[in-house]
Amino acid sequence: MTGTKRGSTGQIGARRKRVEDPRLLTGQGTFVDDIQLPGMLHLDFVRSTHAQARIAAIDTSEAAKCPGVVAVYTAEEIHGFVPLLPGPAELPGLRAPEHHVLANGHVRYVGEAVAAVVAEERYTARDAREAIRVDYEPLPAVTDMERALEADAPLVHEEFGSNLAFELPLGNETAAALEEADVVIQQRMLNQRVIPNTMETRGIVADYRRSDGQITVWLSTQAPHLIRSLLAELLDLPEHRLRVIAPDVGGGFGAKANLYGEEMLAVALAKQLGRPVKWIEERQEHMLATSHGRAQLAHVTLGAARDGTIRALELRILADMGAYPHIMTPLAPLQTAAVMTGCYRIPCARAEIQGVFTNTTAPDPYRGFGRAEAAYYLERAIDLLARRLDLDPIEVRRRNFIQPEEFPYSSPTGYVLESGDYEVCLRRALEKVDIGALRQQQGRLRSEGRYIGIGFASYVYRAGFPSLPKLPRTGFLKGGWESAWLRVDPMGKVTVLTGTSPHGQGLETSLAQIAADELDIDLEDVVVRHGDTASIPHGNGTMGSRSLAVGGSAVLLAAREVRHKALRLAAHHLGVEVDAVRLEAGRAFLPGHPERAISFADLADLSYSFLDLPDGMTPRLEASATFEPHNWNAPFGTHVCVVEVDVQTGEPKLLRYVAVDDCGRAVNPLIVEGQIHGGVAQGLGQALMETVVYDSEGQPLTVSFLEYATPTASDMPTLEVELTETPSPLNPLGARGVGESGTTGAPPALVNAVVDALAPFGVEHLDMPLLPERVWRVLHEAGAVR
Amino acid sequence: MIPSRFAYHAPRTVEDAIALLQSHGDEAKLLAGGHSLLPLMKLRLARVAHLIDIGRIEGLASIRQSESSIHIGAMTTHSELAESELLAQRQPLLPRAAIQIGDVQVRNSGTLGGSLAHADPAADLVPVLLALEAELRICGPAGERSLAAGDFFTSMFTTALAPDEILLEVRVPLAPANSRCSYEKVPHRASHLAVVGVAVQIEFTADGRCDQARLALTGLAPVPYRALAAEASLRGKTLSGESIEAAAQQVTDGVEPLSDLYAPADYRLHLARVTTARALASLAPL
Ligand SMILES: Cc1cc2nc3c(=O)[nH]c(=O)nc-3n(C[C@H](O)[C@H](O)[C@H](O)COP(=O)(O)OP(=O)(O)OC[C@H]3O[C@@H](n4cnc5c(N)ncnc54)[C@H](O)[C@@H]3O)c2cc1C
Repeated sequence: MTGTKRGSTGQIGARRKRVEDPRLLTGQGTFVDDIQLPGMLHLDFVRSTHAQARIAAIDTSEAAKCPGVVAVYTAEEIHGFVPLLPGPAELPGLRAPEHHVLANGHVRYVGEAVAAVVAEERYTARDAREAIRVDYEPLPAVTDMERALEADAPLVHEEFGSNLAFELPLGNETAAALEEADVVIQQRMLNQRVIPNTMETRGIVADYRRSDGQITVWLSTQAPHLIRSLLAELLDLPEHRLRVIAPDVGGGFGAKANLYGEEMLAVALAKQLGRPVKWIEERQEHMLATSHGRAQLAHVTLGAARDGTIRALELRILADMGAYPHIMTPLAPLQTAAVMTGCYRIPCARAEIQGVFTNTTAPDPYRGFGRAEAAYYLERAIDLLARRLDLDPIEVRRRNFIQPEEFPYSSPTGYVLESGDYEVCLRRALEKVDIGALRQQQGRLRSEGRYIGIGFASYVYRAGFPSLPKLPRTGFLKGGWESAWLRVDPMGKVTVLTGTSPHGQGLETSLAQIAADELDIDLEDVVVRHGDTASIPHGNGTMGSRSLAVGGSAVLLAAREVRHKALRLAAHHLGVEVDAVRLEAGRAFLPGHPERAISFADLADLSYSFLDLPDGMTPRLEASATFEPHNWNAPFGTHVCVVEVDVQTGEPKLLRYVAVDDCGRAVNPLIVEGQIHGGVAQGLGQALMETVVYDSEGQPLTVSFLEYATPTASDMPTLEVELTETPSPLNPLGARGVGESGTTGAPPALVNAVVDALAPFGVEHLDMPLLPERVWRVLHEAGAVR
Repeated sequence: MIPSRFAYHAPRTVEDAIALLQSHGDEAKLLAGGHSLLPLMKLRLARVAHLIDIGRIEGLASIRQSESSIHIGAMTTHSELAESELLAQRQPLLPRAAIQIGDVQVRNSGTLGGSLAHADPAADLVPVLLALEAELRICGPAGERSLAAGDFFTSMFTTALAPDEILLEVRVPLAPANSRCSYEKVPHRASHLAVVGVAVQIEFTADGRCDQARLALTGLAPVPYRALAAEASLRGKTLSGESIEAAAQQVTDGVEPLSDLYAPADYRLHLARVTTARALASLAPL
């Protein structure tokens, strides 16, 4: 495909500050909880306090008597007007449990919704929730995947006879290659369960207008159109009378790309009760019952020749399905398998996947979904290999990189990488940290009893999914395409509608830059709107690092069409051939004849005037476009970091972090760097502090920010970010994804650095999160420190 | 995050506040900065039918010096402690601990009195007051009384305050000439409360030996405590690797350590020794 031309206003590539920020930073954003409607009711939930129990009885009589309570519901009362939630994507052999909106006689994780109460006021709802008595008969529970697969483990779903949800092998044969390898590395690696913790929790307002059946839903979501289709289908509502609005959304990270029971219930109740219903999730509910991330365990086997050439890679993956997998839950390990060979030429690769039920809330997409896990396993394994062979981990990476001339490259697990240049990122990162000097410093400090470590991670993942053959129940993902609609108003100002649904990505700015660049007008003259199914053409939302590369390409195509039409109109107006006219800096003109010109604004006005149009031209400068990528694009990069471990306390401290990332054409490098910053911080969270812990009864012990640590600004050094631009051939922008680069690169880079720091003590691997106590304990047990 | 129903009172005088406490008994609680009490109420771990806001009572938030001590009003915020010129010059241990509390929002709202009355086993200001042998001025229906800090903290989250008493003021002695102090803290990654916090003040003799060492620890035990054996071991010694190590080993003597997910007992004891050694080392002459 052709590259973009760069307009004279130079919008593509410009470091523009985000136009959405003044609104968000001055408190003028509108989030779901800001929506107040007359007569609005408030919904609240009673949640299971047991990880597994039979519900003997629920007594709602006291709650129903509370003044201001409108209704109280259990599974029984919603039966008939609230359907089951959609089950997981139907992989071959997958066992899908029924997923009730309110527990149907049996609870399977702490936090599962058991009863609901609707009241005139939020405070009343909360009081009434407490007046509901649930009588549980506790049963043994299991939250650990390995334990869940043991023969005598408690069963999450008795009817299935085991906790195995599905089994799936992917890839080619590895046995012979491993047999012939000079060295074989084996390591069990945990990709621990983490909580997405969006700054804004989930929330919904649903409003039903009896007179015409119009339903309006304000939802904190990443994909309003997909949710509308799901709601319409499940609740049997007319799709055209259902309007889903994603107002300002305070983060999603994948956890808001799904329809949850509370949300479906709120919509059903608004219709049932004929009054608006609001539900705002509490932080504790978010930690208990919103989907979690990662929750994978892999036995990694890597075989290589003595010189470090990798021959084969095998992953035996356990993927946590929770108690009731969501639509996309089982897809995570498939994503892992798809990109398991990373940036490297690995001829034999195989993943043996087992999905496992546990008494937990189901994991679902979380920034890096499945691919971050793959990068972690591989980048850790390469360090183990280098250590075993006494080779430089940088050299081992280099030796195995897929070379630029080898693209397109088909991996053994069936993913085709179209282009890349891994060496460039690695080289720049090494130059930036000054690896030679750094290693000298490391040696010097070691002799003084200070332990710094240098960690590397070269990653590649796949972003911007194409349309894929549909699995049953994944139908809600309509495809990989994205839509855009662009119109020029009579005064020459431009409105862009996008089917993506930004919730922190800065797309109101980046997409405006694309349109402004193509039309060669000022950025201030473009506004981007999104997230309202009543006014926005159908789109697939924001997830999987797709919005700029795919959604932005649709904007570019629409802008291109408008540009052509504007040129034709200008030519007609100036009385010349189209080819003679240039559109530049807000006006159309004849080169060499500056007086023969028309401003973009006048051209816009003219376009509304039917009698001034050339024959056959329709009024108005506007166009809609759809862009479908034929493959996933592949963002890549190398992260290098330096940590110092305080061996007395076990605390790792991040000293430097260098990220060299390639997202192809960077439309707004400032925003790209922001995505890297946020992603690295989140990746640091997983590497160093975040983890969901359950006790032996299945009680989660990390249910508030008092116990569950997330990174803050004070945990971060100044990040040294640099971008390389290897255009992707997959879209007219040449863009690749970037949203998940930080969470993909950071965990392996950080863990590799800490393990490197501890090399003098013989430490080869540590599972995340590298909490001080964990680090101290291995040193202590090795007799290295007191 | 919705508390159960409560009535809000905002008395203007200490007497009115005490009268409210008396008339509502154990249904009432004082509200200072709210940074311990309100989270508990929002999680419904505390139920308070009558919330008595003492923030409108004048004269409870001041830092002033008398002849031999500094008087700090109970409503003084952590930020005010951290930024006080007077304290920086005459009793720097308090600001050194206060600046390490939570984050800016917490320090701007949380108060000295609230922190002491709440008696969190991981509070940062408690060991400081123990080390300094602070005096607490308390007012109840029968009038005022004074209590030594060492007698104030009775057990985890419990103090010697009667339900109808208000903590008015804390009195700390001026730092002796030729003394140095330090507050070393290992914060919990999530809560930022102290996993271990060590408050030290040492008065040196003219020839650089420890004359009087004061050492107190928080985070380790149900009630922050003064490490008297460690203090005694330092008397007459210069701060050297050896004397520091010996003192550090003694700070955990006889302690039944707290234990949690983040810091199990053995690690916590180890951290206490390491942190003590670091606090003492920071006072050693260069
Ligand atoms: C996110 C966060 C982080 C924190 N981190 C730290 C930390 O690192 N270190 C630390 O030490 N603390 C920390 N805290 C606690 C903080 O210091 C609190 O502010 C303090 O413990 C309580 O003070 P307050 O003024 O907010 O009291 P409140 O919450 O208003 O009251 C606490 C209790 O004291 C009683 N009380 C208040 N004033 C008086 C009085 N004058 N007389 C009698 N009783 C009274 C109240 O009735 C209540 O029972 C943190 C808190 C939060 C929310």
